[in-house]
Amino acid sequence: MALTLNSSSGPNGLTQTPLLKIWVPWMGFNLNRRRGSSVPQFCNSPTVIVMVGLPARGKTYISKKMTRYLNWIGVPTKVFNVGQYRREAVKTYKNFEFFKPDNEEAMRIRKACASAALKDVALYFSKENGQVAVFDATNTTRERRAVINSFAKERGYKVFFVESICDDPEIIAENIKQVKFGSPDYIDRDIDEAMEDFNKRIDCYKTSYMPIDDEKDRKLSYIKIFDVGSRYLVNRVRDHIQSRIVYYLMNIHVTPRSIYLSRHGESELNLLGRIGGDSSLSPRGQKYASALASFIRGQRIKDLKAWTSHMKRTIQTAEALGVQYEQWKALNEIDAGVCEELTYEEIQENFPEEFALRDQDKYRYRYPKGESYEDLVHRLEPVIMELERQENVLVICHQAVMRCLLAYFLDKPASELPYLRCPLHTVLKLTPVAYGCKVESFYLNIEAVNTHRERPKNVNTNRNPDEALQTVPDHV
Amino acid sequence: MGGGRRQVPCHLHLCSSPPLGVKLFLPPSLSDTRALTHVGGVCCEHLCCWNHVHTPPGSIRQAPTMRGCSSRTKQNQGKAVCMTNCPTLIVTVGLPARGKTYISKKLTRYLNWIGVPTREFNVGQYRRDFVKIYKSFEFFRPDNEEGLKIRQQCASAALNDVRQYLTEDGGQVAVFDATNTTRERRETIVQFAEQNGFKVFFVESVCEDPDVIQENIVQVKLCSPDYTNCNTDEAVEDFMQRIKCYENSYETLDEVLDRDLSYIKIIDVGQRYLVNRVLDHIQSRIVYYLMNIHITPRSIYLCRHGESELNVKGRIGGDSGLTARGKQFAKKLGQFIQTQSIVDLKVWTSQMKRTIQTAEALGVPYEQWKALNEIDAGVCEEMMYEEIQEGYPLEFALRDQDKYRYRYPKGESYEDLVQRLEPVIMELERQENVLVICHQAVMRCLLAYFLDKTAEELPYLKCPLHTVLKLTPVAYGCKVESISLNVDAVNTHREKPENVDVTRMSEEALITVPAHH
Repeated sequence: MALTLNSSSGPNGLTQTPLLKIWVPWMGFNLNRRRGSSVPQFCNSPTVIVMVGLPARGKTYISKKMTRYLNWIGVPTKVFNVGQYRREAVKTYKNFEFFKPDNEEAMRIRKACASAALKDVALYFSKENGQVAVFDATNTTRERRAVINSFAKERGYKVFFVESICDDPEIIAENIKQVKFGSPDYIDRDIDEAMEDFNKRIDCYKTSYMPIDDEKDRKLSYIKIFDVGSRYLVNRVRDHIQSRIVYYLMNIHVTPRSIYLSRHGESELNLLGRIGGDSSLSPRGQKYASALASFIRGQRIKDLKAWTSHMKRTIQTAEALGVQYEQWKALNEIDAGVCEELTYEEIQENFPEEFALRDQDKYRYRYPKGESYEDLVHRLEPVIMELERQENVLVICHQAVMRCLLAYFLDKPASELPYLRCPLHTVLKLTPVAYGCKVESFYLNIEAVNTHRERPKNVNTNRNPDEALQTVPDHV
Repeated sequence: MGGGRRQVPCHLHLCSSPPLGVKLFLPPSLSDTRALTHVGGVCCEHLCCWNHVHTPPGSIRQAPTMRGCSSRTKQNQGKAVCMTNCPTLIVTVGLPARGKTYISKKLTRYLNWIGVPTREFNVGQYRRDFVKIYKSFEFFRPDNEEGLKIRQQCASAALNDVRQYLTEDGGQVAVFDATNTTRERRETIVQFAEQNGFKVFFVESVCEDPDVIQENIVQVKLCSPDYTNCNTDEAVEDFMQRIKCYENSYETLDEVLDRDLSYIKIIDVGQRYLVNRVLDHIQSRIVYYLMNIHITPRSIYLCRHGESELNVKGRIGGDSGLTARGKQFAKKLGQFIQTQSIVDLKVWTSQMKRTIQTAEALGVPYEQWKALNEIDAGVCEEMMYEEIQEGYPLEFALRDQDKYRYRYPKGESYEDLVQRLEPVIMELERQENVLVICHQAVMRCLLAYFLDKTAEELPYLKCPLHTVLKLTPVAYGCKVESISLNVDAVNTHREKPENVDVTRMSEEALITVPAHH
């Protein structure tokens, strides 16, 4: 492309955007022509991820998990589950006969559902700023996959196939138990009936199943997952987002385990209502550390890993556990920059505009010389990746950090993330189940201050101090 | 517990001698052995620190969470029980001229840069040391018994050195670079690893594209010591015959027969990958890295922002704008880039004003990475060295003692920077032509990665203002061209002073501070 040196807007005029603290050229009238972007662009053309595989091979599990991950790292992603479209078109599911290859009427309906889903994919990209769409269906024939490929090519979308291949009868049976029995299709059935019907359903697909062919399909971009991750075949990864997806898929597993999230015990600065800093535990905080140790022992967790940040208060908390722990700098609390160790009252007094901007968009707001929740998420991505690889882990961290991690596991959007409740002296036990995560909350009965500040009603920069400080929790 | 907590320099880095100035928290008494065996306090982003058991001197390596690392559950005699953090042996597999050495060296460079002590062991090198003069491909004929014996000895010698490196010299990963084309040879290596408690990960490169093979031979074989006295055609002809010697007995990693091994098979220079049984974090990272590198010719341009206001005042950090000279540099940079006529150049900056101002002058789209921000000097931000010496003389000395690991109070270390920059490096590997406009410490880290500089050298690499470094991968390394754009600027490079003792005088500390206003 031709390089033009624009001498009129010389390197003089830069201004820092108030919320994100990003330096941009001072061309107020054409902010659209801004030449910088605040985060590296991971993908330019939208991408359609196409799942492939027989029923009960984990396609929906993978679709939902991958979508959750991509959204969390900031790539707008949505799942389009064709089975869902089918359930809406055919109100009541009778039995597997619907899926027989010679059932012409059913075939028509199923084709129509796939088309409807693809149409919605196009809308998602063009009208809703979607970046990635996960097309979750069996897509077991070459013909069907070719249709999707042309659909994508016509519109300039990239396509990436994810095929799950598994013949281990135990795994398949477990899948069926975990997710099919709770499906709307089988809601009033007896378990054995349901199992038998579902197996017959799988058989309907088997005869026409044509896996992605390594020779004929060598020009396609895809990953084949064998036996729940013991082997992978990766073909023609074309860009950054596909590379990240492959890395993610290769790190997740389905071994049952639990993740325990907790904040450090109450700290000295917590008591004073001051944010950030690097203070020690208060006496109650130390009590919590001991209580946490007893709690953990009581849980009888196999091979528990314990992680902390590099800050005193999480390490002091971990010390009481009496087990090995590892320190991650990435788990450090959000850097409040110039507001470090201030109380909310002091922030309101010294930086009223900043305080208001933060309330306007708490997720993206970056403290002057500090970080935003959005920055935190990027910082925490390697932690999440390692959490996916690990089994039983206890993470002792901080309020903002815990909110980010929790949002990942519970699929909370950016707007809710900064307001998730993560009180002191409470352990959250997360256990993956079916397509999501079970959460159990354990308050260890040691009192602590409340550090949760709700969003006040008035977030305007011209509000008065009382309106700003209305939701500040009590402190010394 | 509780009180008596003190902030001390970190002593738990098992991968290197005790570094100072890294701020970690430890229990009150380091001499308390219970604390040593049960306390976690290790910096975790370092792969070599995963699940480290810090053992007091003289005791056996036992740990409460010890468990075997092999995916097999047999209990053989003579197998060392390895801990969750056993060393890893990476074994290359493939015919000659398939890029095994290229991959070995690159992987080794990457792992060392992210802090995992790694070394490669090239069996061909052992052979060259043993058989002083290479005559011809006949040495490699499968019926050449003497040749076979020598080659076997060389492989054994190399494995011996591997054992030494991983068990005694503090190595974490060893890359065993040889053809390893028979199942029998690979089985020997697997047994060797089991006996010593190493994990094994195979990296096979399969390629049948004659153009790629030809290019390989031209790039690296012709200048090999084996062919110093041959003309090009002779050398190519001989090498082709050499490859043939291996072809008949080549047993590629098999999906069924080798299903219990951990490996990645790279097909056609990265078109396709087959990954089997990735066992742990380091293998996962290795796979990710291997899947992101490519060999398409390209260049990476590194430079700092133009001279800034704080630069001329001799102040570190901050977020100031460009001086007039800095702006001049930006303009010249734009002109320079145009003259280079680079195809599809991507431009990256940090999120600090001075790099963005520099990029603005180029008139092309650029992307801002927070990860490229300058090292955070914490409490020393915007200070002059003289002020740091006055306000924090102990910190200043600690920094000179170990500039790589030293972390500013409430700030970062070079080591932290490397951690922060890893995604940038990964993306640089994926990309083609890129210009990175960054900062002194950041540029040192990136340069160290490309030029394979050690942690000791890294913080002292010379990255002057107003100079562009053009890096072009060539053969097994990187060609560097330094282009000064002829715009004057202050010098911001402070050499390590002679006296780094905490008791030194101010003058001794400030002796190497570059001149400023």
